[in-house]
Amino acid sequence: MLETYWQPVWLTLKLASLTTLVLLLVGTPIAWWLARSRHWLRQPIAAVVALPLVLPPTVLGFYLLLLLGPNGWVGQLTERLGLGLLPFTFEGLVVASVIYSLPFTVQPLQNAFEGIREGFLETAATLRAGPWDRFFFVVIPLARNGFITASVLTFAHTIGEFGVILMIGGNIPGETKVLSVAIYDHVESLEYTQAHWLAAGMVVFSFLVLVTLYALNGRARAGALR
Amino acid sequence: MTSTAIEARFVCRFPGFELDVDLKLPGNGITALFGHSGCGKTTLLRCIAGLQQAQGQLSVFGTPWQTDNLFRPAHQRPLAYVFQETHLFPHLSVRRNLTFGQRRVPAQQRQIRFDDAVSWLGLAHLLERMPAGLSGGERQRVAIARAILTSPRLLLMDEPLSALDQSSKQEILPYLERLRDHLAIPMLYVSHSTSEVARLANHIVMMDKGRVIAQGPLQETLARVDQPFRLEEDAGVLVQATLDTLDDQWHLARFSFDGGSLWLRQDPRFRPGDPARIQVLARDVSIALTEHRDQSIQNLLPARVDRVETDVTPGTTLVRLLAGNTPFLSRLTSRSAAQLALTPGQPVWLQIKSVALVD
Repeated sequence: MLETYWQPVWLTLKLASLTTLVLLLVGTPIAWWLARSRHWLRQPIAAVVALPLVLPPTVLGFYLLLLLGPNGWVGQLTERLGLGLLPFTFEGLVVASVIYSLPFTVQPLQNAFEGIREGFLETAATLRAGPWDRFFFVVIPLARNGFITASVLTFAHTIGEFGVILMIGGNIPGETKVLSVAIYDHVESLEYTQAHWLAAGMVVFSFLVLVTLYALNGRARAGALR
Repeated sequence: MTSTAIEARFVCRFPGFELDVDLKLPGNGITALFGHSGCGKTTLLRCIAGLQQAQGQLSVFGTPWQTDNLFRPAHQRPLAYVFQETHLFPHLSVRRNLTFGQRRVPAQQRQIRFDDAVSWLGLAHLLERMPAGLSGGERQRVAIARAILTSPRLLLMDEPLSALDQSSKQEILPYLERLRDHLAIPMLYVSHSTSEVARLANHIVMMDKGRVIAQGPLQETLARVDQPFRLEEDAGVLVQATLDTLDDQWHLARFSFDGGSLWLRQDPRFRPGDPARIQVLARDVSIALTEHRDQSIQNLLPARVDRVETDVTPGTTLVRLLAGNTPFLSRLTSRSAAQLALTPGQPVWLQIKSVALVD
């Protein structure tokens, strides 16, 4: 009994942590490019990054299913590489979550990067810091709040994911059955008590996440004035 | 003039503005890049720093930093740059701001010690503070110390005082003089303030509309009348003099130079035998054909007319005069100049209404 409660919780936390980690690695260069580039592709790419915000998760899940499936070119690639097919696996969920939560990482980072005055980077350059050096020792510390916001939002958003997961991952216990799907299952089977435990847990968790986020941002703002 | 150490040629076009300069600068002292805002001084400084890409060549002490097929990026040029806005890193303490550049210079190239820079700029009591808690003057001192701690071959300063109030400026100037006198690093100092230039610079490059209109040793260059300097109210000369007598009864001091002497109010910074730099603005010098002692002006000097030129302001004439070998400028209305019928070689008396002891 306890197993069925905790398994979706652990799976969800694992999925959200991994997604956040991958997105920080993938989203940071994208956000940096969007914040600094004057390339004509900048706006189209910014729009693509924002698409998951407006599209119904089912649309996203549908196309991912086609793309990652045996007839999609990504699916054919993963099969040829001996990785098998991604739909209905945990790895497939990570790929889907990374795409689904992309704007929640990129946009706070992009805002933070845009707020860094060029003068700080030029100063660092005249103090002998090369491009990577400047990024790690000037940009990242100055964009600290952007990174915190991006991580918290991405983590929380991935935990709340439902539609995409149902489309691409189905409902396999221990593999793809995350919290939101487990709640859906409980409700379908009229197990309201179990649904309540998980749902109320989600409400409390989400509330705590947001309170923490606002507190961190508020402290940062006060720090800037100090 | 000392031998040329820095050679720079840049051509850079922007909409509505073109920078086209060819400079040869000495390897020591402070060179002022002087001109009105928008004349291209800052752009030139950024080209030298490698913060702005422009066509051209640049070599510093014989090392090419930029040629037609080489462009060293800013972080690979051994220079330091002091910005008008200090850009102290807000996430680092004063101490860590100071060591930011120093740590990135190989140990064997570090010639300036941390403790020396801290004491030259009076920062010992600020080291553990965060930049947000510092005054404007303190911030600029930290920025200057941070720059020199990279032991640069060339120090670039872009109007480091212009964002400060008058009292902070007065606070920083002595520190800059100390650096000029202690460091063997040539400095390029962008400014549009004649008083800063008069006080600090040894050498001057005058710019207008993206071009160099005059360059040379400061005193010599300021005393020229053949340039479209557009200095207008600020035209004047610097006289290199020595304090020789103190008159305690009237609280005056006499400063002698080649060609005469000037009486100034005593200044506690100067003792007999000290060298001094005295600024005499053209608008404060009038000309008489005979010696008048029946008037209030104390400083009268015999001199000869050297050149007479129409000034840039309509109705005014700029006269260059020599007292001994020391040049002076006088700004007259063109009517006075015509009535006096000044001709080169003519002996006259200079009546100097006011002078400023700048250094």
